[in-house]
Amino acid sequence: MTAAHAHAGDAAENPAIYGLMAEFDAPEEVLRAARAAKAGGYTEFDTYTPFPVEGLDETFPGLSNYVGPTTFAGGLLGGLGGFLFMCWSAMIYYPHNIAGKPLYSWPAFIPITFELTVLGGSLAAVFGMLAYNGFPRPYHPVFNAPGFDLASDDRFFLCVQSEDPNFDPAATLAFLEGLGPRSVSVVPY
Amino acid sequence: MAETHDRGGGEPPVIAPGHSYATVTATIADVVLKRPLDWRWFVGMGAGTSLIMLLGAAVSLLLFKGVGIWGINAPVMWGWAIVNFVWWIGIGHAGTLISAILYLLKQQWRTSINRFTEAMTLFAVMCAGMFPLLHMGRPWKFWWLFPYPATMDLLPQWRSPLVWDVFAVSTYFTVSLLFWYVGLIPDLATLRDRAGNTFLAKVYGSLALGWRGSGRHWARYKTAYMLLAAMATPLVVSVHSVVSLDFTAGIIPGWHSTVFPPFFVAGAIFSGFAMVLTLCIPLRSWYGLKDFITLKHLDYMSRVLLATGMIVGYGYASETFVAWYGGNPFERHALLHARPWGSFRHAYWMMIFCNVMVPQLLWSPAIRRNPMVLWIISIFVNIGMWLERYVIVVTSLSEDFLPSSWAYFTPTFWDVAVFLGTIGFFVFCLFLFVRSLPAIAMAEMRELVHETGHHGHAAQAHGETP
Repeated sequence: MTAAHAHAGDAAENPAIYGLMAEFDAPEEVLRAARAAKAGGYTEFDTYTPFPVEGLDETFPGLSNYVGPTTFAGGLLGGLGGFLFMCWSAMIYYPHNIAGKPLYSWPAFIPITFELTVLGGSLAAVFGMLAYNGFPRPYHPVFNAPGFDLASDDRFFLCVQSEDPNFDPAATLAFLEGLGPRSVSVVPY
Repeated sequence: MAETHDRGGGEPPVIAPGHSYATVTATIADVVLKRPLDWRWFVGMGAGTSLIMLLGAAVSLLLFKGVGIWGINAPVMWGWAIVNFVWWIGIGHAGTLISAILYLLKQQWRTSINRFTEAMTLFAVMCAGMFPLLHMGRPWKFWWLFPYPATMDLLPQWRSPLVWDVFAVSTYFTVSLLFWYVGLIPDLATLRDRAGNTFLAKVYGSLALGWRGSGRHWARYKTAYMLLAAMATPLVVSVHSVVSLDFTAGIIPGWHSTVFPPFFVAGAIFSGFAMVLTLCIPLRSWYGLKDFITLKHLDYMSRVLLATGMIVGYGYASETFVAWYGGNPFERHALLHARPWGSFRHAYWMMIFCNVMVPQLLWSPAIRRNPMVLWIISIFVNIGMWLERYVIVVTSLSEDFLPSSWAYFTPTFWDVAVFLGTIGFFVFCLFLFVRSLPAIAMAEMRELVHETGHHGHAAQAHGETP
């Protein structure tokens, strides 16, 4: 803990830091920490975990997740666009009598409409998710935190950002240390 | 390790006891990052690349001389190309079933096999896609199949199942690729963090797009993944249904049947699970993954194999019954005479043996948990399902309505060469994949360790072992 204190001491002198990062051993601990951070009035904090931890979603104030509506819009665009394109092509652009079938033979258009619905929805889901998450973003300040490479292995992190209106180097440090972390460190920019 | 636990009695576990998050990460990532190359990899890769050279030769000759180098003739115009297309695309279906349908059903045993079965799907669909293109005769004009502003002012014929197939297969490939890649992102981040050298860290880091495991990101990620699974589920059913419509929309005896879509989908899952077993039994043994792909997985996959095999058997019985009951003389000839007693009877009875009789062995739990026997059964099913498509395509075309137009079909060397070439391409891709990307989804395995509660009880779990 003394090492962490020394780091945090630097933070107090230099406010130009990204935030304070607490490191935990287990998903339950980081979940408890995130709930405490929410209860403590922090808004700009995030957790970094090697797998999705159940219950964390509810702890983020103002978490926006528009992946669902985006997927719906993509699917609608793909399906409707495909269907109308086929109708236009068969009825207006090149009307042609093939084996006496009606020009507007909508049942025959359904398989492609279905495929394009799925295609549009999937593209929207993936690229929407990536865009909302701000990817690609190869560099991020949290990668500077010591031991952060274990966030993709077996450690669980919680970072309170300096942007948070309630952020105070000393008070936030004390708050994080009160959560019983393995260590607390400063995340420089 | 898994085997020794099972002999202690009871159900084998979905993951061997004693694993923590870190051991899961290390075991899976080290196959990619640390493990030295061994002779088995060279043998597999050597076989794969050799067959790719054969594929290159066969395709070059095909482009130079045309499809006449194959055994196809006037009534049997589809031949091996379409047999192979349907076989490969069917194999892909097990990957999507495992990754999407079992995900929605919250089946824990899917976690350790979904990644490499999705890879198998992608590679199988690539192999499948080659055949219709090559079979076109002028593959360099394949883009005529897609709607584009052409100087000829023409658009595709939307009422044709062959055009539906283009959309179904290309959508299937795209969605499978997206699904696979989204699942890979957190694992690519793990490889980036463990790479140990700057070059690899940059390669994996670029592919990981900067993933850092943020809780807010996970929330959107889970939604996207779940929605992809929900969309891939009907997609996989639609793809093989559309493939079957290529046949049923024709009036050829033995094809013009409403049973085809469900029958084809069941057959696809049957052949796909057989291929998963063929691949995962050596994989778990060679790369030390027996703790993650346990006997429970083999047991469950065998049960799926048994169930879908029975559906396929029911399909054969129902086709035969309807041909007899329906009274159509051409159907009767195709199904009651040409297939079982005609020129291609050996293929038919071999198919029945491989697809209906051999899987009955799987009723025995001892066989379901015996990797060696399972592997042999899976090879039988792979062969049987190839023969099924051969029987459907070749017997029906060879003897259709008018006896004067009938002709026998014999494959040529180049038919075999292209088929073996795609097997080589498949093997090549798999060996490349196993050593460059994690073959098991690490993030999901950590979640599984958390859910099954092994983490933190490692010592206790070890203490319980007999």
